[in-house]
Amino acid sequence: MSSALAFRGVAMEFPGVKALDDVSFEVRAGSIHALMGENGAGKSTLLKILSGAQRATAGGIEIAGRPAPAAGTAGALAAGIAVIYQELHLVPEMSVAENLFLGHLPQRAGFVRRAELQAAARRQLERVGEAIDPAARLGGLPLAQRQMVEIAKALTRGARIIAFDEPTSSLSDREVQRLFAIVRELRDQGCAILYVSHRMDEIFALCDRITILRDGRHVVTSALADLDRAAVIRHMVGRTLADIYNYAPRPFRGPGLKVRDLAGPGLAEPCSFAAAAGEILGCFGLVGAGRSELLRLIFGATPRTGGSVAIAGKEVAIASPRDAIAAGLVLCPEDRKKEGIVPVRSVLENLNLSARRRRARAGFVAESWERRNAAERIAQLRIRTPSPAQQIRHLSGGNQQKVVLGRWLAEPVRVLLCDEPTRGIDVGAKSEIYAILQDLARSGVCVVVVSSELPEVLGLSDRIAVMREGRIAAIVPRADATEESLLRLALPAPAAVAG
Amino acid sequence: MSPSAPASPPARRFADFLDRAGMLVVLVLLFAACSLGVENFLSWRNLQGLALAVSMTGMVASTMLFCLAAGDFDLSVGAVVAAAGVVAAVVMNQTGSIAAGVAAALGFGTAVGLVNGWVVARLQINALIATLATMQIVRGFAYIVSDGKAVGIAPEGFFALGNSAFLGLPVPVWITLACFALGGLILNRTVFGRDTLAVGGNPEAAHLAGISVARVKLLIFTAQGAMAAFAGVVLASRMTSGQPGTSLGFELEVISACVLGGVSLTGGVGSMSYVVAGVLIMGIVQNAMNLKNIEPFWQYVARGGILLGAVLFDRWKRRR
Repeated sequence: MSSALAFRGVAMEFPGVKALDDVSFEVRAGSIHALMGENGAGKSTLLKILSGAQRATAGGIEIAGRPAPAAGTAGALAAGIAVIYQELHLVPEMSVAENLFLGHLPQRAGFVRRAELQAAARRQLERVGEAIDPAARLGGLPLAQRQMVEIAKALTRGARIIAFDEPTSSLSDREVQRLFAIVRELRDQGCAILYVSHRMDEIFALCDRITILRDGRHVVTSALADLDRAAVIRHMVGRTLADIYNYAPRPFRGPGLKVRDLAGPGLAEPCSFAAAAGEILGCFGLVGAGRSELLRLIFGATPRTGGSVAIAGKEVAIASPRDAIAAGLVLCPEDRKKEGIVPVRSVLENLNLSARRRRARAGFVAESWERRNAAERIAQLRIRTPSPAQQIRHLSGGNQQKVVLGRWLAEPVRVLLCDEPTRGIDVGAKSEIYAILQDLARSGVCVVVVSSELPEVLGLSDRIAVMREGRIAAIVPRADATEESLLRLALPAPAAVAG
Repeated sequence: MSPSAPASPPARRFADFLDRAGMLVVLVLLFAACSLGVENFLSWRNLQGLALAVSMTGMVASTMLFCLAAGDFDLSVGAVVAAAGVVAAVVMNQTGSIAAGVAAALGFGTAVGLVNGWVVARLQINALIATLATMQIVRGFAYIVSDGKAVGIAPEGFFALGNSAFLGLPVPVWITLACFALGGLILNRTVFGRDTLAVGGNPEAAHLAGISVARVKLLIFTAQGAMAAFAGVVLASRMTSGQPGTSLGFELEVISACVLGGVSLTGGVGSMSYVVAGVLIMGIVQNAMNLKNIEPFWQYVARGGILLGAVLFDRWKRRR
């Protein structure tokens, strides 16, 4: 097997941070190569360099043994490199076919040749085995299909080196299997695949080889068969993690959150459930089961059409997030970038976004308190940032997530709603976040955690609410819950599967 | 847009300095160049005139900063300046009361601001379009009320507001300085100011953090309307009349000054000292061109050129 892609001494320095330091490894043609590492280990930076979006400060990339031209993203595309990001780079208002050939539409004298476009689009979609109408508006497709369109788009460019960045973070299990089949087929056609994921199961199910980065340095590249999970984790974190959940039973302390007949967009029927103070209630379901919608309705982020919410046994009127926060009910939203952080503002600003209201005097910000609060949260949550004044967009995903969580720790929180709190972050940061959630529960906070990852839900929760098609299908105690039982509850009725 | 590679230490230090000082450096250099190269520039009389010339832009820029920082625009300010002057003139002439005229003008501007804010914040109409509409409505209103002609103001006591001086500086200049100071204080030190930047930086995250996005925007547009009306009153006092056709293109002048001062048009970024620099740079260039007897037509070209240059400079700074 030949080396299709090689990183040679790649280094990347940002002011104050060495994101990558002398990273060298090879990716073979016809192989699926996992790239793993903790938060801020340098995976995203490496992908950005690969895609031409950033230029390494030292070292470079070789494609099939020849140095790649440093000509930005267009150059990378021309060299047969495609990077498929978590946030898809597609235009929702255009058709599937137009998206596939964005930038190189078949044309004659400037006019698009529509028939040819449709036919070519259909051929490409068949290659990824998707029955998608090329004329459909892209924005109307489910996320999984949009991802397939992105893959098909990479193929229309004749990509031979394809990198995936956390491609399964918002896919259901069934969709994941489809994706895997396509990735394997691409490998069999001789493509070199670089696969970035935090999900150990996926890596071991899919990949042939693995490279692990830690703190911007190359730790190991090897055949995956030569490593077991413990070894991978050890390489990633530089320490052994016996049990990343650290679950220990906690005493419940009376009523925490009680939701009665809550109704609104995204829910098929009124939802009712209760969770105790000191309890961690997991909430599992497939994408689109209504979990995020339920949380947003409780939090007042989406106006509800009926029902009531009680905190610590007292009914509270919640018409907006502001009311909810005043009542001690807070939410860490699902989509960090879109709903969680204010990217252009500092870590300090982001940490004080809400709590400053309570500390302000006559509308004036309590600056020394805010500095102290930020310093405390940064230390408490071990947020890795050069300074509190750093713009939060320069932090890694896990550290951004800690800021979003840390925002609430200066508030008198009684109920904490977390929507996918560990999505797209590494094992080390995950276990830190689990520890924080357990500590909060131990101190009497009622915690509700929505997650698509079964091991996480099982490892963390006292009870698990399973949602299916906009309703709560069941609430299962920890002792009775297994991956199989939860999945069975979460899957739609067989008739719906066939359709 | 991550920062890219650091340069060698001395170059790096200079670059960091530019990063922090940016337009302030440009302002100092420009001022020095004009002092040396333009005759009469440095005279006290000219500097007074320069300050007076930028005072209106400055006043309105102090609230426009909030508007832009929250991720919005307000195109109606020029029309409000004109209409407020007309309203003040008409009411003063009919009631004979200066206070009534000023109050009516301010009330009018506040009402326009409220409408802008309500349409943008509550109905969630794009601010560009909403204020483009009110701009034309308000301008039309100014012409209708005045019958298209300048309305001379009878009570002469009113002219003191725009034409007298205090401690050697014209009163409008003092007012502008107060607006800058107050605006800077509100932006940096109050919850409202910080909320404004958060709303501009990411409205959804701000909403989920318990910030009332609609209320913040409503307040900003209302303050902006009131401020534009106040500037209109000051202008009417200086001109001793309410003129419906005045301040055409004023809104773009104000927004240009803010952008020159590094305020991001996508929201979330902005500071008062830079806006002050932006306003002064625009003013100095215009003043120098006047002193050099350059045709007024060229001033448009120069203003546009400076704005383009500033945006490119900002881009270069971020790319570095």
